[in-house]
Amino acid sequence: MILLAASNAVHGQGIPIQAFNLILLLLLVITAVISLRVRDLLSAAMVYGIYSFLICLLWCQMGAVDVAFTEAAVGAGVSAVFLIATVYNTKRKSSD
Amino acid sequence: MRFFAFIAVLAVGLLLVSAVQEFPKFGDVNSPANAYELSQEFITKTETDTMVPNIVTAVLADYRGYDTMFETVVVFTGGLAIFAILRTTRREDRSEPAEASRDRVEPSATDSGRIIVATTVRLMVPVIQLFSLYVLAHGHHSPGGGFQGGVILGASFILLALVSDLPTTLKRFSESRFLAFGALGILIYAGIGLICMFLGKNFLDYAVLDKVIPDWMESVFGVTSGAEWARSHAMLAVEVGVAITVASIMFAIYALLSSNGRLRDGL
Repeated sequence: MILLAASNAVHGQGIPIQAFNLILLLLLVITAVISLRVRDLLSAAMVYGIYSFLICLLWCQMGAVDVAFTEAAVGAGVSAVFLIATVYNTKRKSSD
Repeated sequence: MRFFAFIAVLAVGLLLVSAVQEFPKFGDVNSPANAYELSQEFITKTETDTMVPNIVTAVLADYRGYDTMFETVVVFTGGLAIFAILRTTRREDRSEPAEASRDRVEPSATDSGRIIVATTVRLMVPVIQLFSLYVLAHGHHSPGGGFQGGVILGASFILLALVSDLPTTLKRFSESRFLAFGALGILIYAGIGLICMFLGKNFLDYAVLDKVIPDWMESVFGVTSGAEWARSHAMLAVEVGVAITVASIMFAIYALLSSNGRLRDGL
């Protein structure tokens, strides 16, 4: 994949779109697993925000810009803040 | 037990991956979503029916406006549910007389460590709110619309509450006010639908609003086709309703969650 990117850079294009999709999807799965497995609930809320941003990028790539706008506004602006506010008012250590 | 759960998750995951192989190619013109005649009708007729280039907003606010109205009602109901569950007034809060609040030292923004954030936020919040109004008003031509503009507006109030105290922000956007504004948005949306019904056509059938728009307004703006103009601007009005409700409920949920229902002191 590195050779593919290098050959495209020589020809003046960017990284091919399938590689972009693959990297994003891989990061999506990794952040989803992390956000479920980590013990500290505050970190889990933050990783959930990262997940939200990654899926927003995927939707942008697919051309669904309205959905990506909504996801960016709700995921980063509102939903992560709600989760962090809830974690501050309950306990911070996950019980499982 | 966790072993069986893991097996179940693995089986469903493999099933999903094998189902994805059967999807049509991305952007295929013969895929079922594209070949369906209603999709073709939306794509070709939106601009001529409603004078709105953004097909997503047109479908959301006009062709499927009934669903968007209930989506707004769901947001309002969610806010009401959180209010009903969390809102408490403890006995020590109720009996707190005026001199206690006079003696209480307000955390001022010139405390060390907060002045940078406070100044930055004070410069940014007007820009954020202006941007949210832009997103709302430009939803006909660019990505955006009522819901996105409302969320950004609510997030600007949340930012204000994060930087300064929650009671300071509640002085600007008090509890009775945010509940009233939450209901006002739905009133605007359903009210436009009812006006359409009183004028003789179906609920939320915007084209009939052409009758209430005076003729001089149409000649001032140089509009030839009244029904499409009425539809485009009724869409803007219902998007304003959605934005008002969403903004107030987002701030309401934050205020209730961060202060544990008491609305005394936040994060």
